[in-house]
Amino acid sequence: MTYDILITGLIIIAQILAVVVPVLISVAFLVYAERKVLALIQLRRGPNIVGPFGILQSFADALKLITKENIIPSGSNKIVFILAPIITMVLSLAGWAVIPFAPGWVVSDINVGIMYLFAVSSLGVYGIIMAGWASNSQYPFLGALRSAAQMVSYEVSIGFVIITVLLCVGSLNLSKIVLAQQTVWFAIPLLPMFIIFFISALAETNRLPFDLPEDESTLVAGFFTEYSSASFVLFFLGEYASMILMSSMTVILFLGGWLPPFDVYPLNVVPGVIWFTVKVIFILFLFIWVRGTFPRYRYDQLMRLGWKVFLPFSLFWVVATSGFLVYFDMLPN
Amino acid sequence: MYKLIKSFTLVELFQGLFLTFKYIFKSKVTINYPHEKGPLSPRFRGEHALRRYPSGEERCIACKLCEAVCPAQAITIEAEPREDGSRRTTRYDIDMTKCIYCGLCQESCPVDAIVEGPNFEFATETREELIYNKDKLLENGDRWEQEIAQNIHLDRKYR
Repeated sequence: MTYDILITGLIIIAQILAVVVPVLISVAFLVYAERKVLALIQLRRGPNIVGPFGILQSFADALKLITKENIIPSGSNKIVFILAPIITMVLSLAGWAVIPFAPGWVVSDINVGIMYLFAVSSLGVYGIIMAGWASNSQYPFLGALRSAAQMVSYEVSIGFVIITVLLCVGSLNLSKIVLAQQTVWFAIPLLPMFIIFFISALAETNRLPFDLPEDESTLVAGFFTEYSSASFVLFFLGEYASMILMSSMTVILFLGGWLPPFDVYPLNVVPGVIWFTVKVIFILFLFIWVRGTFPRYRYDQLMRLGWKVFLPFSLFWVVATSGFLVYFDMLPN
Repeated sequence: MYKLIKSFTLVELFQGLFLTFKYIFKSKVTINYPHEKGPLSPRFRGEHALRRYPSGEERCIACKLCEAVCPAQAITIEAEPREDGSRRTTRYDIDMTKCIYCGLCQESCPVDAIVEGPNFEFATETREELIYNKDKLLENGDRWEQEIAQNIHLDRKYR
């Protein structure tokens, strides 16, 4: 009996490692890719010394950061200060539990997968608020305030976008959402929602042009100004892991997850994981590309876009989509 | 109305994205610095050096014009007659942390003894290492003589 529990436990741990380790490694390569793509856009060379084409640069940086001294400011609330990056990191990894990489390749195939993902990605703001508060310093505090307002605003429109997709699927299970896109990816009939979701995902992960919480030209580094060494690494990893998580969410909701673009011979023999990875890489490239192109929003512009443009627009599309589905009797049962 | 359509179709944003995408394939403007270096003018004013004549005799005659002209007062010279009666420096110090690399010392030198060579990679870990004495400057002169002589030759017709 106890033996069985042990085996189950080991299998669960192996499954978790099988997801978390590739995610962390891909974070390292994402940081490298970001530096390289930004460099290319700005006609620079980017990292090219450590390893072939500088591909191991992120590992060298991680090693450097971890071996540095961890400074805890004397005025800070020490427990919360240390807890904040851990929470950010854990939450950004927790979301991966429900992501289906290929048919059946999912740690826990729960029926409310999308709600879980939405909840976990929203909880990420707690790590930032705690970091800003515990640092007891003006820049992190301002960063945390901005982050709280920003993430709450954009979650509203993300919520409506998810509702539109759910209306077309009829299930909260992520695998079923993917399978519902067998005929056509939702990015095509729901193109405006796809764009709104992508822009909101940028805001949700604090990426440019919405990176006001860490706005380096006015707030030094925003909410993690006071962080150094390993806790800084945790924030960094958490931020990029949640970036990949949001891209996976985009791929599952709009780009057909593991499905090939056309169900024809040479494309449908390629394993689903590869399709999934290629699509996630494409979305991540868009994230970086947008960063290399657009200037940062001002805070009031950011709020205006969230509440006055995205909220009414996505609300309108929820009504329009549901009306369309009811009128043509296309509602999924 | 036209403006509304324009903002809802995100035309300008896509134009911007297209522009940056084109830049990805353009050739780089930066070079792999420690491995390849940009071109230097013959007039480049880098690390100082004291030159010698081909016979091995040092050029400096301790006229102290460079010390006088130096706007940062980075040069300190002490001089005495040598045993053979010629006037030579006993001390020639340049404080490289004071030096502003204006090149007035090499302009004022009547015998082309003090020059600023093409070397700009002489960063050190301590401040003391940047206070150059006569030995260090003469050693620089010996090491960079070829490049310095060539630069003086190339720049000769403009003087």
